[in-house]
Amino acid sequence: MSEGVLLSELLVPFSYGYMLKAMWVSALVGGVCAFLSAYLMLKGWSLMGDALAHSIVPGVAAAYIFGAPFAVGAFFTGILAAAGMQFVKLNSRLREDAVIGLVFTTLFALGLLMASIWPTSVSVQTIVLGNILAISDEDVVQVAIISAVSLFVMLLLWKDLMVTFFDESHARSIGLNTRALKVVFFTLLSACTVAALQTVGACLVIAMVVTPGATAYLLTDRFGRLIVISVALGVVTSFVGAYISYFLDGATGGVIVTLQTLLFLVAFYFAPKHGVIAARRRQRVATDEVTT
Amino acid sequence: MTALTQIARAPERTTTPGASISLHHLTVTYPNGFTAVRDASFELDPGTICALVGVNGSGKSTIFKSIMGFVQPSSGEVKLCGLPVEDALKKNVVAYVPQSEDVDWNFPVLVETVVMMGRYGHMNFLRMPSRADRYKVDEALERVGMSAYRKRQIGELSGGQKKRIFLARSLAQEGRIILLDEPFTGIDVKTETAIVGLLRELRAAGHLILVSTHNLGSVPEFCDQVVLINRTVLAAGPTAEVFTQGNLERAFGGVLRNFQLGGPALHQDDDARRITVLTDDERPLVFYGDGDSQRSDKSGA
Repeated sequence: MSEGVLLSELLVPFSYGYMLKAMWVSALVGGVCAFLSAYLMLKGWSLMGDALAHSIVPGVAAAYIFGAPFAVGAFFTGILAAAGMQFVKLNSRLREDAVIGLVFTTLFALGLLMASIWPTSVSVQTIVLGNILAISDEDVVQVAIISAVSLFVMLLLWKDLMVTFFDESHARSIGLNTRALKVVFFTLLSACTVAALQTVGACLVIAMVVTPGATAYLLTDRFGRLIVISVALGVVTSFVGAYISYFLDGATGGVIVTLQTLLFLVAFYFAPKHGVIAARRRQRVATDEVTT
Repeated sequence: MTALTQIARAPERTTTPGASISLHHLTVTYPNGFTAVRDASFELDPGTICALVGVNGSGKSTIFKSIMGFVQPSSGEVKLCGLPVEDALKKNVVAYVPQSEDVDWNFPVLVETVVMMGRYGHMNFLRMPSRADRYKVDEALERVGMSAYRKRQIGELSGGQKKRIFLARSLAQEGRIILLDEPFTGIDVKTETAIVGLLRELRAAGHLILVSTHNLGSVPEFCDQVVLINRTVLAAGPTAEVFTQGNLERAFGGVLRNFQLGGPALHQDDDARRITVLTDDERPLVFYGDGDSQRSDKSGA
């Protein structure tokens, strides 16, 4: 096979409309989710993303059954999930993790049940694994609106959210409405979870809102840079992941998340300051100093 | 959006009255039915360093939370500079120095970023620092002697340095009321001396400083007012009047270690005076003489 043939082979995905659409939608969603991941993983709330993604499944299923926009359904079940968790937490002695586990699996099961009892245009498999390659134009519009609005709000509020997450007392002392800021953040998180559901499916959404931030966290001590690195990782892995999935004929979500994990592993070992190898080197230097 | 970002926050020094905190019959009951503070009242004026003293669970942090508006009074009210809490916070009058345990030291921020957060209340809603903001940050770092550490991640500092960073943030914020939550826990004597010196300077400049502490030994050294609490205000006023052995025993009950040395253990003669040592940590408080007498010079720890 000559070089020219190989090159044109590699460009094939760009000649299909559905592939182009899949690539840029994935990149957009990946970028916004990565932005949120910078905050989420710092507060030990990573699994909230997972819980949300599973909880909104019945809403998405119901939306397809009744022909409503999926974002609307997801929004209502998201609120239902949050209210349910709060209700169980306040009225029992269960710990938070048990409450979250209880509520989100219940809603997820309900969603799967609905989707299998009332067959619709959306299959159980699509919900669980995502299917960006077959995304409809209306869904693209919804995903694009959600992502654009989220990105805009985050760009306006990123410093206020940083202060709120770092030191809530100080945030209040400079007059920030910390409660409102947290509500805004979790609303965006739910919205982006819905968007990511389309690309990688309910099971892998958690990776989109955790891994890029976690990787960036190992690479920098500055929050601004952390966001930039995280978003870059999210955009590139999602775009490339969608591209590669054409050749592998595999689930896009699986490819995207695998790429993100590979990059995480690179950072985990080779990060200049917080990587495993750097830590070992420091340890060695320290023991050398003691022994000599 | 504007409602969320709270744009208008220019420091209106000329129109607002001097720094003051007033609690007026404050009662706080939590949703689980626990009343942490009942009918607490005290008034503090500008140019004051006041210690808030009480055992764990006495309501110190509830009072702080009420001043910061984290908890709403069930009855009574809190006013800062004559304003309701929410309005006062919007005017950027309160600076808060958190307890070291309450800070996530792994948070990816540099020392200078934390101090710059003190300026956010003075910036527009995008929080773009002006030249004046940068200058104030430099100045604050200089004042606490931490300029050399400005590019460090906050977790890479010692206990005393960590404390100074947050103090620098409150300086940069220029809040006229400064709240310090257990500032002397886990720091060296050198930093403690430096902090006390700085607090005295701030008092001289007219700030009102409220310090919650269980470090009894250092209270008379730098606090001119004391509020003793145990679920309510037991006593409040000038240190000399309030910080007495009798009041402290009332506030602390059996919680403090109480050593008394008197009569034959100290003297060969029949001098009836005795020494009382009250302590719950590394800085004991020493009284010379009988029961409610005034406290004399502190002995070394």
